[in-house]
Amino acid sequence: MSAVPELGYSKSEIMIAASARGLAEARNCFVGVGLPNIVCNLAQRTVSPKLQLVYESGVFGARPARLPLSIGDPTLATGATAITSMFELFAFYLQAGLIDVAFLGGAQIDRFGNLNTTVIGDYERPKVRLPGSGGACEIAIHARTILVIMRQAQRSFVERLDFRTSPGHSGDPAHDAARGWSGSGPTSVVTDLATYGFDPGTGEMALRTLHPGVKLEEVRANMGWEPRVSPDLGETPPPTEEELRLIREELDPGGVSTK
Amino acid sequence: MTERKVTTMHDAVAELVRDGDTVAIEGFTHLICFAAGHEIVRQRKRDLTLARMTPDVIYDQMVAGGVARKLIFSWLGNPGVGSLHAIRRRIEDHDPGPLEIEEYSHFGMVCRYVAGASNLPFFPIRSYYESDIPKVNPKIVPMRSPYEDGTEVYVVPPLVPDVAIVHVQRADAAGDAQIWGLLGCQKEAAFAAKRVIVVCEELVDGSVIRRDPNRTAIPGVVVDAVVHEPLACHPSFAQGYYDRDNAFYLEWDRIARDPETLEAWMREWIYDLGSHRDYVEKRGEASWASLRPGVALSGEVDYGSYA
Repeated sequence: MSAVPELGYSKSEIMIAASARGLAEARNCFVGVGLPNIVCNLAQRTVSPKLQLVYESGVFGARPARLPLSIGDPTLATGATAITSMFELFAFYLQAGLIDVAFLGGAQIDRFGNLNTTVIGDYERPKVRLPGSGGACEIAIHARTILVIMRQAQRSFVERLDFRTSPGHSGDPAHDAARGWSGSGPTSVVTDLATYGFDPGTGEMALRTLHPGVKLEEVRANMGWEPRVSPDLGETPPPTEEELRLIREELDPGGVSTK
Repeated sequence: MTERKVTTMHDAVAELVRDGDTVAIEGFTHLICFAAGHEIVRQRKRDLTLARMTPDVIYDQMVAGGVARKLIFSWLGNPGVGSLHAIRRRIEDHDPGPLEIEEYSHFGMVCRYVAGASNLPFFPIRSYYESDIPKVNPKIVPMRSPYEDGTEVYVVPPLVPDVAIVHVQRADAAGDAQIWGLLGCQKEAAFAAKRVIVVCEELVDGSVIRRDPNRTAIPGVVVDAVVHEPLACHPSFAQGYYDRDNAFYLEWDRIARDPETLEAWMREWIYDLGSHRDYVEKRGEASWASLRPGVALSGEVDYGSYA
């Protein structure tokens, strides 16, 4: 990830800080590896001290003593509040509606926040075979809100997904309201360039803030559709010194995920 | 009192894994029995259907070893690293031949095992709505609740492996097996399968198991063979015994990317070795010492004595 030397922080670091602030109200958070993991740990140390970290490997209330290298790292087990069977985790915690926020990402996202983590190209003979759903499909349906963290590019912010692994908004808010799911779909997207919300009237992604130094043209050049822009388009607040210290000294001292 | 089930990995695999079988070597990042996968490759089993929630590096190795006809899975990647290149070559380029796949989500796979273990014809879940997954897997079927609410659910079929191979921290000679840390689907896969091989870090007396019955995941009554094979999960981990060898997971990306490098690795670390003992020796004591975690004992509980 390229650094932005004149600003004193990397693109990953502003993605982490901007996402962590979005967790102020969160209590039970489904965590992924990489950036989401650092985001959740940062939020726990700043805006959301009571945040419970939940991992699909069956861990509720993890207190990782080191940066977990995968969602099944042994450091997640030691010192956790509970370790459940995977059935219980998905059935009693996720499907029953206990998870109020989860992070998802993918190789492709469309303007309604639908995600593809399955294939690029044709399913039967894919150009690129991606990992598939894992827990993403049911997380997208049941977590009360979904935060997406993804790097932005023409090939990932697409007009049409090659495959819809995890449902987002349908484009028809009346349909979405009648779904009866415990989840309300993606509520924000944080990229290396900008942050987005979703328009309540249409369910469509809407540009909310540009990261410092990023021009609207750069955002347009890195997505496959003409973005809806919030009337009150602002600038993403940069990471604070304290956020940067926590990321660099405590959460990812090796710079594994934040370079 | 108990029949003697303790055997070697060689004999367990030779006797219980048959060509054409559906084999589940479970373990969610934790307790993945790589040594069993290597033995299956060494014995050149063929036409297996390999089931696992996360095929992981172990199934990349087994696919590279030519044992598999088909994969059943829910997340196909090298966790925390990236891709499984031997499997991707089979799917994307049919190199050296096509590989049949049948995919689910994690919850779907978990519930397939639960249905198999519970002798149910299907299991209903609230997932797959408005996803393309059921379009490419006709075994995932929408269904209405027969009760008043008429809620739409999707059902998945039971998964009944011919053989489940599950690694555990400790077991006794009867196969009573205890796990701590991440539980994965070890229990569900074992109860679902027709034949079960339990592989353990420590083979203990039955009294050790009976001192802490809440920790028993799998009772010997469903177990056919017990193999005492310490360090059998490398590069995966066994909570409290050895850490995940993340350097190996990273290294596998480089190895598997190039078919010739991969073939050389398979020769050096599987075909040219006689058993997992050789693998342990070849890696050397220093490499094992570097993976040993510190100590974090659980507190004891009092079950009470009611004699």
